[in-house]
Amino acid sequence: MFIYGPQQQKNLEGYVGFANLPNQVYRKSVKRGFEFTLMVVGESGLGKSTLINSLFLTDLYSTEYPGPSHRIKKTVEVEQSKVLVKEGGVHLLLTIVDTPGFGDAVDNSNCWQPVIDHIDSKFEDYLNAESRVNRRQMPDNRVHCCLYFIAPSGHGLKPLDIEFMKRLHEKVNIIPLIAKADTMTPEECQQFKKQIMKEIQEHKIKIYEFLETDDEEEMKMIRKIKDRLPLAVVGSNTIIEVNGKPVRGRQYPWGVAEVENGEHCDFTILRNMLIRTHMQDLKDVTNNVHYENYRSKKLAAVTYNGVDNNKNKGQLTKSPLAQMEEERRDHVAKMKKMEQEMEQVFEMKVKEKLQKLRDSEAELQRRHEQMKKNLEAQHKELEEKRRHLEEEKGSWEAQQRILEQQKLDASRTLEKNKKKKIF
Amino acid sequence: MAATDVDVFSNEEKRNLTLGGHVGFDSLPDQLVSKSVTQGFCFNILCVGETGIGKSTLMNTLFNTMFENEEASHYQNGVYLRPRTYDLKESNVHLKLTIVDSVGFGDQINKEDSYKPIVDYIDTQFENYLQEELKIKRSLFNYHDTRIHICLYFIAPTGHSLKSLDLVTMKKLDSKVSIIPIIAKADTISKSELHKFKIKIMSELVSNGVQIYQFPTDDETVSEINASMNAHLPFAVVGSLEEVKVGNKTVRARQYPWGVVQVENESHCDFVKLREMLIRVNMEDLREQTHARHYELYRRCKLEEMGFKDTDPDSQPFSLQETYEAKRKEFLGDLQRKEEEMRQMFVNKVKETEAELKEKERDLHDKFEQLKRMHQEEKRKVEEKRRDLEEEMNAFNRKKVAAETLSLSQPLKKDKDKKN
Repeated sequence: MFIYGPQQQKNLEGYVGFANLPNQVYRKSVKRGFEFTLMVVGESGLGKSTLINSLFLTDLYSTEYPGPSHRIKKTVEVEQSKVLVKEGGVHLLLTIVDTPGFGDAVDNSNCWQPVIDHIDSKFEDYLNAESRVNRRQMPDNRVHCCLYFIAPSGHGLKPLDIEFMKRLHEKVNIIPLIAKADTMTPEECQQFKKQIMKEIQEHKIKIYEFLETDDEEEMKMIRKIKDRLPLAVVGSNTIIEVNGKPVRGRQYPWGVAEVENGEHCDFTILRNMLIRTHMQDLKDVTNNVHYENYRSKKLAAVTYNGVDNNKNKGQLTKSPLAQMEEERRDHVAKMKKMEQEMEQVFEMKVKEKLQKLRDSEAELQRRHEQMKKNLEAQHKELEEKRRHLEEEKGSWEAQQRILEQQKLDASRTLEKNKKKKIF
Repeated sequence: MAATDVDVFSNEEKRNLTLGGHVGFDSLPDQLVSKSVTQGFCFNILCVGETGIGKSTLMNTLFNTMFENEEASHYQNGVYLRPRTYDLKESNVHLKLTIVDSVGFGDQINKEDSYKPIVDYIDTQFENYLQEELKIKRSLFNYHDTRIHICLYFIAPTGHSLKSLDLVTMKKLDSKVSIIPIIAKADTISKSELHKFKIKIMSELVSNGVQIYQFPTDDETVSEINASMNAHLPFAVVGSLEEVKVGNKTVRARQYPWGVVQVENESHCDFVKLREMLIRVNMEDLREQTHARHYELYRRCKLEEMGFKDTDPDSQPFSLQETYEAKRKEFLGDLQRKEEEMRQMFVNKVKETEAELKEKERDLHDKFEQLKRMHQEEKRKVEEKRRDLEEEMNAFNRKKVAAETLSLSQPLKKDKDKKN
């Protein structure tokens, strides 16, 4: 009905002002505030809480709020802490989800299940909120990023690592990190990284992808990140003085491993990428890819509940309601056809019956006519016979009368003669 | 700390932490902005007003560009909407602008239904978005959003009051779209008349309960300017792409024998105010209003119409799955019922016809019996006649024989006599 013509490129002949739109967007987003959910997964003692503290330059985990490794759990549990942080007028509601007990048991089968359940339940909440009739501003509690800590064995990925990543790579953005990188020399680290990336490719694990952009600056940075994957990090809660400057680092007899020194570890790269450049993209990918994935699977299950799944491969572009509409239309068509067929059969049978009746009636009529004719013929015959009889009778009686007359005449003559003879 | 997640915001403990240095998430707004700049923006304007009131000219002037426009005729059969999309770029910002023109508005003799095509158009755009949103596999992030973000309603510069068509139309539109009323061709009204006209219009709008768009005053950075602009509504505008030399500057203006009306002169008309509000300050807010308010209202009504509810009779919230499953059950039950009905109807039909046919058969049978009886009767009569005739014939024959015998004996007597 409303046809859009091809879009036309127009050149403006003067300043209009919509170049100010980004500023308007900026203003509104600051007013709204931001939220981000970060999940950390890894065995105890790999430095997860220390890294978080280092990343956000705050005591998220402290003695009052101990990190996952300090909370001894019998089974893997998923817990979250929410903190509000402010910087430069920007409010951020940061949720850290950790998984104490992960990988710590003797038998770690299914230790990823609580993690999957948690992520799914956040998706479920969001889906339900999004599907309500009365929608309000929906808080986004979905997990935007999962930092997976790999133990610095120097050899390769453990089976648990592979299993976990395979099960979660389509549910959440996974950023694998090599923990406690200060236990390896740069060469060992290189080897280790190469091995890990090889295994990740072999197992077709999809870790968070850094997309190419047109921007030269950005591309330089992205290439640098890609070269260094997976990032090897070191965290620290202590500040040490090095060359007169206070730095976060780990003090060893042989020197200080500086957290923010690019030659010592990839911490800065991680921080810049996670917080300063790609935080928004992590949220967008979660929303546009992982959530949509979850949603379409969920809705497909609801729609095609009990219906043959082979037909449905090409039909996922519809909404469940549209699907029902189509099924309804199909059903109406089917019923129409059925109705038509039944009508036809019915009509045919009725016609047959009526025809039979008509034939019987015709037959009856015919026989009646015939019998009538027959009887009429018989009547006629009888009439003939009667007429004959009457004729015969008539003539015979006439004859008799003549004979009678003759006889009478004869006797009279005799009488006369008799009288004559006597004289 | 609960083992299961209790995710109601207010219940969850949120700690305020101070940062020990520059973390860097203050770049988040920039990240967001750069994302949206890369994606490009979309803005859709609906212009409603009589033919010739200056809609196209105003659009050209607002966006400093000559959009293709043929002059519209006054002889349209009805109102129809003509959307045209343009790709504009300013600095590094891409804007996909769609201008929707209401062609033929106000031209018909009977204008009762003039608002309908407009309302239908707005609803259709909402519907398209809703359909996309409900799809199983959807791509909202690169969906071309065609929902109307702003309706500029052009009021004729009569100087008296709003026409009833204006009130009726705006009333029908105010819950579906943000309306900014505009006094067109404001160079035909004097300043004092204009002042009275504006007051009259605003009071009529208020007394008729028409909701127009109020520039938002909740954000301190822009609340002041927005509040002051709100007081100048409706904006009295003049549009022109022609350039006239005034002093030593070339400005957009309309040249009259008695003077030059400068479009961008704030003491001549409110064009600058309109541009400021519409484009430079509140464009994003208009987009937000459309999505968060008008669209949500449409969606809510539509879903309620289709029978969706948020809570079941016991006030327990429905999960999406439950809702759809309930719908599906209802739907399947409905289909089954229809099938049953049809079958039942057929069964009844068959019964009826059977009864009819049986009647017919019986009638025929009766007729047959009757005829049979008639025949029997006739046959009997014929038989009787035959018997009678036979009897008569026998009687006659006997008579004949008797007569013969008699006549045979009689001549003997005669002879006897003769012998004597």
